[in-house]
Amino acid sequence: MLETEQVKKEIINIIADIAPDENLDSLDGAKSLRDQLDLDSMDFLDIVMELRKRHQIEVPQEDYPKLATLDGCVEYLSPKFQ
Amino acid sequence: MAMPKKYDAIVIGAGMSGMACAIRLGMFGKKVALLEKHSIPGGLNSYYQRGKIDQDGKRVGVRKFDVGLHALTNFARKNSKKNPLIKVLRQLRIPYDDLKLKEQSESRIQVGDIGVNFSNNFDYFVQQIEKSFPENFSHFQKLVEFINTYDDNQITTEFVSGREFLERTLQNSRLVEIVLFPTLIYGSSWENDVDLRQFVILFKSIYMEGFARPYGGVRTLIEVLENKIQENNVDLLYRSSVKKIVAHENQATEVHLENGEVLRADQIYSSAGLAETYSLLGKKDLKQKVIGNLSFVELLFVYDKNIDPNVCDKTIIFYNETESYEYKKPDDYVDTRSAVVCFTDNYREYESDEGLIRITFIANYEKWKTLNQDEYKTIKEKTKKSALELIKKVVPQDDRTLKYWDAFTPRTIEKYTSHFKGAVYGATQKIADGKTSLKNLFVIGTDQGFLGIVGSLLSGISVANMYGSNLGDRS
Ligand SMILES: Cc1cc2nc3c(=O)[nH]c(=O)nc-3n(C[C@H](O)[C@H](O)[C@H](O)COP(=O)(O)OP(=O)(O)OC[C@H]3O[C@@H](n4cnc5c(N)ncnc54)[C@H](O)[C@@H]3O)c2cc1C
Repeated sequence: MLETEQVKKEIINIIADIAPDENLDSLDGAKSLRDQLDLDSMDFLDIVMELRKRHQIEVPQEDYPKLATLDGCVEYLSPKFQ
Repeated sequence: MAMPKKYDAIVIGAGMSGMACAIRLGMFGKKVALLEKHSIPGGLNSYYQRGKIDQDGKRVGVRKFDVGLHALTNFARKNSKKNPLIKVLRQLRIPYDDLKLKEQSESRIQVGDIGVNFSNNFDYFVQQIEKSFPENFSHFQKLVEFINTYDDNQITTEFVSGREFLERTLQNSRLVEIVLFPTLIYGSSWENDVDLRQFVILFKSIYMEGFARPYGGVRTLIEVLENKIQENNVDLLYRSSVKKIVAHENQATEVHLENGEVLRADQIYSSAGLAETYSLLGKKDLKQKVIGNLSFVELLFVYDKNIDPNVCDKTIIFYNETESYEYKKPDDYVDTRSAVVCFTDNYREYESDEGLIRITFIANYEKWKTLNQDEYKTIKEKTKKSALELIKKVVPQDDRTLKYWDAFTPRTIEKYTSHFKGAVYGATQKIADGKTSLKNLFVIGTDQGFLGIVGSLLSGISVANMYGSNLGDRS
């Protein structure tokens, strides 16, 4: 299991690749990613795709809502990172 | 005999939708074959070269042309709110600047004696409407409000008449004609009408978002896509014309090529068109029902220099002589009463010192099809003459010297894109969810209901996302 900060960094790296023109410095961990970054369901699909490609993590569809905020991502994904 | 080669997915056709679909499937980690009949990609929006190389290796009159590019619709500035273009770039991981987009100056819709301009600034169009139709301006505002609140993501199957809706909302027949004209010729497979949902999508893409052109033309976009195809390990196979799709029960199993090769895949995505795909399956009865009716003749005129902005400062002119616009298969070879006239050098930057005017006429496929070689040449010449007369009417002061011209007809379109009857916008019936009677065969591109360059790219992406990601399955 990775440190919280490291997990957060991995997630931000993924988002930075998917939405290269967005500024990620001022991201509020508790607020919805969708609203802050103009992400839609197509982008969420890409986050899930990259999690699989880079970290072999599978996220079943019913768990997508858990990825709504950055804090949510960290909490849900931390145990899945090896 | 060698074992058929096996892929995770086969994509038929390297047009805009096929390329985008193959790239996405590659991103999902699939082994993909992208099969294209021709030796270059692009489909309806490809490119070609004219002129020759003489004995000394010198290039004589070599010019590069785009098959269809008038405008890339859905213009958006860098970092602006997400629209279909930005979505496409994001999904394909293409940096905005790679497209080298150059904006239009402004364009014009002329119906009879009333003309209205629009640009990449929607407020300008709104002001123009207010000026020309003060009495109906509040009606127009209602239309805009309707468009802003309409959910165009909903998947509707029933056809709703866009024209009837506009007549009710705008209550002025000329205003209806003006607003409809570009949306019909830029993407309706219905004669004289457009599906309401499609209308909303086109209204946004043309009036609210606007036009641009990649510097260097469609080639610039195609090169970017080719690089992505390579990056994602897609096998792009040219001169690979699909002859037949073999199905077993409700599952497509094999793809047979004209050259005798056989390929296998778990999934097949076809951008050949609905009628064309039915025909590859051997379903002739279904095929007849869904062939579209609208085809075009496109003429290109090359001049010795760029057009003088004092003579014409418009990028595209939607021109209709009479008070109402007829968007239907004409009785004659072409309908010369209306045309789209594109002054390509009136984009903000243009790569050549020569000028280029493109003219699109609505055409009658059957009439062109039955001509013999000599007649074909004669009619083509005659159409050229009509086009030049039309240019004279649109820009009477243009006194540049014509250096070269070329034209392609419904026959050329059919030959180079394999769309039956050269029907550019495909069938009237659209398959919004991309599904067919076979559970692993999907339709992308024109007949999924997304049209134009940006639309067909988005179509390839969204159908690949729906059926090809294997994400979110219970693991
Ligand atoms: C004259 C003209 C002007 C246009 N102007 C514009 C414009 O200014 N702006 C705009 O946005 N749109 C424009 N369009 C429309 C736009 O080009 C199309 O909507 C879009 O390119 C359609 O893409 P597609 O992938 O759906 O289909 P296509 O481009 O038709 O792609 C299908 C591909 O499949 C291949 N194929 C077909 N059958 C087989 C087979 N059996 N085996 C192997 N390969 C096969 C074809 O060769 C082709 O490459 C224009 C079209 C034309 C004809």
